[in-house]
Amino acid sequence: MTAGAEASPPASAGPADDRLVACPECDRLHVRVPLRAGEKARCVRCGTVLQSAPYWRPDQMLALVMAALIAFLLANACPILELRVQGSISSATLLDAVLTLWREDRQLVAVLVFATGLLAPLADLLAMTALLAAVLAGRRPAYFAPLLRLIQQIRPWGMIEVLMLGVLVSLIKLSHLAQVVPGVALWAFIALTVLLAVVLSYDPRCLWELPAGRKGAA
Amino acid sequence: MTTALSHGLWACPCCRRLCRPSAGNRGGAGRCPRCGATAHPRKPDSLSRTWAFLIAAATLYVPANLLPVMQTSSLLGSSRDTIISGVVYFWTSGSPGLALLIFSVSILVPLIKLGALAYLAFSVRRPGATGPHRLGRLYRAVELAGRWSMLDVFVIALMVGMVRFRTLATIEAGPGAAAFGAVVVLSMLAAASFDPRLLWDASGPSSHEH
Ligand SMILES: [Zn+2]
Ligand SMILES: [Zn+2]
Repeated sequence: MTAGAEASPPASAGPADDRLVACPECDRLHVRVPLRAGEKARCVRCGTVLQSAPYWRPDQMLALVMAALIAFLLANACPILELRVQGSISSATLLDAVLTLWREDRQLVAVLVFATGLLAPLADLLAMTALLAAVLAGRRPAYFAPLLRLIQQIRPWGMIEVLMLGVLVSLIKLSHLAQVVPGVALWAFIALTVLLAVVLSYDPRCLWELPAGRKGAA
Repeated sequence: MTTALSHGLWACPCCRRLCRPSAGNRGGAGRCPRCGATAHPRKPDSLSRTWAFLIAAATLYVPANLLPVMQTSSLLGSSRDTIISGVVYFWTSGSPGLALLIFSVSILVPLIKLGALAYLAFSVRRPGATGPHRLGRLYRAVELAGRWSMLDVFVIALMVGMVRFRTLATIEAGPGAAAFGAVVVLSMLAAASFDPRLLWDASGPSSHEH
């Protein structure tokens, strides 16, 4: 961890404002410092992270994002749990739960669960795939900036880690009512939570720093 | 004080690049030359938006806690659960740890978050004894913890989706669940509308560094 250098007031800054960075929490100006992989630069005044150099290279990150996408598909295609009471069986995927809520006139809850548990994480992963693939191909296509903006907007609303805890709590709650058999999706959710934690620690804004028009991994 | 704003620079809210607005445009909005997002010197109408979301969230906090969030019907009869009775159920059925977890994220966190954001918004107008260092830390903590309040909404959704024994038992979401979800969303919007840089602006150039 390195602290950002003190900023000398830019007398004739203009486009050279690239050399500077402002703290997002307190607006303190700093001169950008070169970082090694995994390093972070923090604000000298309030300690907020200013710059972070990703630990993973773009190609490694792409592999992690693909793995997370596979875990996402499994987690949502298979039943999370299976309940057994007196011979009858009941099971559901997350999407089934959303549809049930919708049909029972709890549209607001259905939309909220769909957006935070399914849509936001999926959109984040797909956008990351497109961005990393573009960077690895050495291109900066027209969708580059809009996708980065999209990720910035939706990241706070993706709540897979909270959903994971919710799955565990409902598993305990349901075990009081019936015999509970964990499904494939339960394990997929655990894998997804871990993979997504790594993916979300990658700030895609660092992709701006990579030179456009060259092979990405510098 | 060397803030970006004091040098006439705005940070892009999206990619963080510093933008230099044209001379006639100080105080308005500009486009980031790198990513095209709209940049402002500070988040627009930060305090009034924060207060609006806070008041809406605080109002819905009442029905969220009073109305049933879940209705269970089985052969043995039917029962309605509020958030508190769900906590009590865990406490009495031998899972005190889970009871504490649900109590914290569903009742304490929203309450503390609303109170803390109100205090932060108030501190911008009337800088008091608490310095911007501690207020900034409070803001970051509140922003991080808020999302965990969604836990109960997910638990309700999963219970409703899972328990589908036509004749034996069904679980339905109650009206409290929607109110509770709205509290979580509104308080997240309140936190996102608040601009922590205002705390430092308000404390003036005298605020010491270390
Ligand atoms: Zn700072
Ligand atoms: Zn930008």
